[in-house]
Amino acid sequence: MRPRRRSLAPLEPVSPRAQWLLGLGFFVLFFAVWGFFTLGGYVSPTFLASPVTMAQEGWLLFTEFNFIHDIGMTVWRVFGGFALAAVIAVPLGIAMGAHKGLEAFLEPFVSFCRYLPASAFIPLLILWAGIGELQKVLVIFIGSVFQILLMVAVSVGSARKDLVEAAYTLGAQPSGIVKRVLIPGAAPEIAEILRLVLGWAWTYVIVAELIGSSSGIGHMITDSQSLLNTGQIIFGIIVIGLIGLISDFAFKALNRRLFAWSSL
Amino acid sequence: MNQLSIRGVSRVFTSPKGVATQALTPVDFDVRENDFVTILGPSGCGKSTLLRIVAGLDRPTAGTVLLDGQQVDGPGADRGMVFQSYTLFPWLSIEQNIRFGLRERGMPEAQQKERADYFIAKVGLRGFEHHFPKQLSGGMQQRTAIARALANDPKILLLDEPFGALDNQTRVLMQELLLGIWESAQKTVLFVTHDIDEAIFMANRVAVFSARPGRIKTELAVDFPHPRHYTIKTSPEFMALKARLTEEIRAEAMATDLH
Repeated sequence: MRPRRRSLAPLEPVSPRAQWLLGLGFFVLFFAVWGFFTLGGYVSPTFLASPVTMAQEGWLLFTEFNFIHDIGMTVWRVFGGFALAAVIAVPLGIAMGAHKGLEAFLEPFVSFCRYLPASAFIPLLILWAGIGELQKVLVIFIGSVFQILLMVAVSVGSARKDLVEAAYTLGAQPSGIVKRVLIPGAAPEIAEILRLVLGWAWTYVIVAELIGSSSGIGHMITDSQSLLNTGQIIFGIIVIGLIGLISDFAFKALNRRLFAWSSL
Repeated sequence: MNQLSIRGVSRVFTSPKGVATQALTPVDFDVRENDFVTILGPSGCGKSTLLRIVAGLDRPTAGTVLLDGQQVDGPGADRGMVFQSYTLFPWLSIEQNIRFGLRERGMPEAQQKERADYFIAKVGLRGFEHHFPKQLSGGMQQRTAIARALANDPKILLLDEPFGALDNQTRVLMQELLLGIWESAQKTVLFVTHDIDEAIFMANRVAVFSARPGRIKTELAVDFPHPRHYTIKTSPEFMALKARLTEEIRAEAMATDLH
């Protein structure tokens, strides 16, 4: 029998070096295929700019059009709306998870709200809050708050029953059960929920900026569309992806540091 | 003097569909102060239900539990409990786990530390104070759970098959450790098990539970002197007790099986 290649067996781990190279490899392949079709003249530059044009346009954006300001505005809106949502939804979600009466009271309404598309609120929010910063922040807020609320409630509510019982036999009072069993037990999961929802918040912000906006990455993308500048559009999209990736890495690293016990 | 009095305690579980299952028929039982009592019975006989009622984690359908003449109404620090499953708080270190009840009670920090330190030494976990539970073996986790319950200085220690998930060698060592602690610091202990050797070796008194619906079928005094050495397990007296209890349990296990 031929010796089988172990690396092709299911669930066989790869070395960290190979993992890194494989991940990078796909980016290289992606740019190569993109470059081949655009630079080779197979696709009209009107519809798709080449990687080189995109890089040039990107440079121009920073040097000529103060793109760093747009990036700053977008980041501010995402984190503003997200922070506001987290400050309200995390404590309320913990209370919902811990107290079944409150959960029964709020859960059906929150579940309903969760399926309301945040972008559909934009016209209404423009009517209520104008086209200023508050409107953008509110789109992110609406898009995040119900998601966080529901997921935190589920996470806290699924606490290990035997740990709660052990705490009671050690003399804990109901408030101590919440503070010293439910919250610390759910904390790593809550941090993961926030990381996940922050990723979604990035998708809402661009939609919010596409309509009635004078700054931000989304605004730049709409501007570029009217000028048929696909290089700038693609550069804008890539910047969003990069910022998302960086904040995700930072969040992950922070969670691992804060909750070392949960990954033992 | 009776420290724990169980008076006519019964428990009926009702399923959501309204089907009633009698887990315990009225039980009357007393435990004297500083007694080590084991409750021996086949699995599913209701012995754990009785222990949970004493702990206040479950309510009897009828009857009362009195601890030092006070009616038990919910869980409290005066009844320490060690569970079969590993119930250490995974986010707390071994030392913080042992201090949990002390902190909850508002004991000054220095005193908490001192007390935790004493019990860490007592269960042989010196050097592991700052480890997380998951970094420890099952036996070490259960030793921590015993230390955590004892650090609270409960009036009675309740153990629900605490060594049931451990391998045989570890289980035997844990029995000796717990017995050693009991011999040096007198404490009332109620210990639930389905292991006959364990029930005899540890106890002053063995209460044999019947098959479901549970009731106490036989009570047996165990008079081996203390400190007990593991070699008594092979003595003729031990063997005789074991033979008798094996018969009792076997009849009950068969009764359960035939249901």
